[in-house]
Amino acid sequence: MLPLLTNKRWLKVTAFKPHNNRAWLGVLPVFLIVGFSAVIPLMTVVNYSVQDILDFNSRFFVGFQWYRDTLNDARFVDAFIRQIGFSATVLAVEIPLGIAVAKGISKTSRMTPIVLVLLALPLLIPWNVVGTIWLMFARPDIGLLGVLINAAGFSYNYTADPLHAWLTLVAMDVWHWTSLVALLSFAGLTSIPAPYYQAAELDGARAWQVFRYVELPRLRGVLVIAVLLRLMDSFMIYTEPFVLTGGGPGNSTTFLTQYLATMAVGQFDLGPAAAFSVLYFLFILLFCWLFYTMVMRNDER
Amino acid sequence: MSWMAWTWPTALFFIAIGTALLILTVLELRQPTIARRGLLPLVTTRGDRFFISLLSAGFIHVLWLGTMDSAVVWGTLLSLIVAIILMRWG
Repeated sequence: MLPLLTNKRWLKVTAFKPHNNRAWLGVLPVFLIVGFSAVIPLMTVVNYSVQDILDFNSRFFVGFQWYRDTLNDARFVDAFIRQIGFSATVLAVEIPLGIAVAKGISKTSRMTPIVLVLLALPLLIPWNVVGTIWLMFARPDIGLLGVLINAAGFSYNYTADPLHAWLTLVAMDVWHWTSLVALLSFAGLTSIPAPYYQAAELDGARAWQVFRYVELPRLRGVLVIAVLLRLMDSFMIYTEPFVLTGGGPGNSTTFLTQYLATMAVGQFDLGPAAAFSVLYFLFILLFCWLFYTMVMRNDER
Repeated sequence: MSWMAWTWPTALFFIAIGTALLILTVLELRQPTIARRGLLPLVTTRGDRFFISLLSAGFIHVLWLGTMDSAVVWGTLLSLIVAIILMRWG
């Protein structure tokens, strides 16, 4: 240890050359993998989106035709609005609820690990199984939830009423994913050093003041991750609504993914579906960038 | 050209983006960017402004294709102008 500290040359090097950018070369393999698995497929989608593809040998360049068609397609616009509504609802419920659940978990109890594992359980269930569980659970004739709601005097049938279908979908997503927000928030809460709380107590802060001025600022990092994950996931949700409502009743729960799958896999309209995907990608990119920038900008103040 | 269903317009599009990224890399090595605040209500580096230009170009095209009947070339021209303004003063 001592020779290292007294080694003048070492000190000099670190003092004048704090950054050695050569380490970035180590990232090169990742670039190659991402290029292979993400960038090149994305380029293919862009290639498809400007062509009318009939089979392997006949394809015609059509320019922006598919984009124009998609943007003027009322079904696309409706599905888009529905998708935004769904993401906004899900975020508005899951984030506060997740924080509340995390606040409710004791940090020191012997039961804490058990509670955490129980919380993590819904996250381990595959999407289509979640859909199937809720398909049974919410059925008005035999499902536990559906029968109970109807017995309580409310007429409830998610297969017939658009509003009920929506509520069931939101409930299902909350059931599936609130734990993620709760676990992330809990991790954030446990990383707050005790002196912060002691200082707040000395200042006579009330419970909500502790939450607002001590915990919430320290939770920002994990909440950014939670919101981004939930935003992207709920914006791309496919399997659960597909299993539970299949987009119905009517088109009332047909989200973008559902419509896209019908186009690409059902009708095999590769060109329009590719244009659709590029538009979809652009919007996700915009949302994530906007959100990230807003949060980071507040950080700099 | 038939692999991955390439067409010349898309190939040129990606070559353009690739070249731009290469130029930005060289510029960054020669003359590291300084984060600053311009027209945009946030502190940006050169790369940030390039990304914002690309994203706005995308959405200008979306808006153009969605609302206008005229040729999309004008939208492209508009996004070029926007990009220049953003890169220079953004």
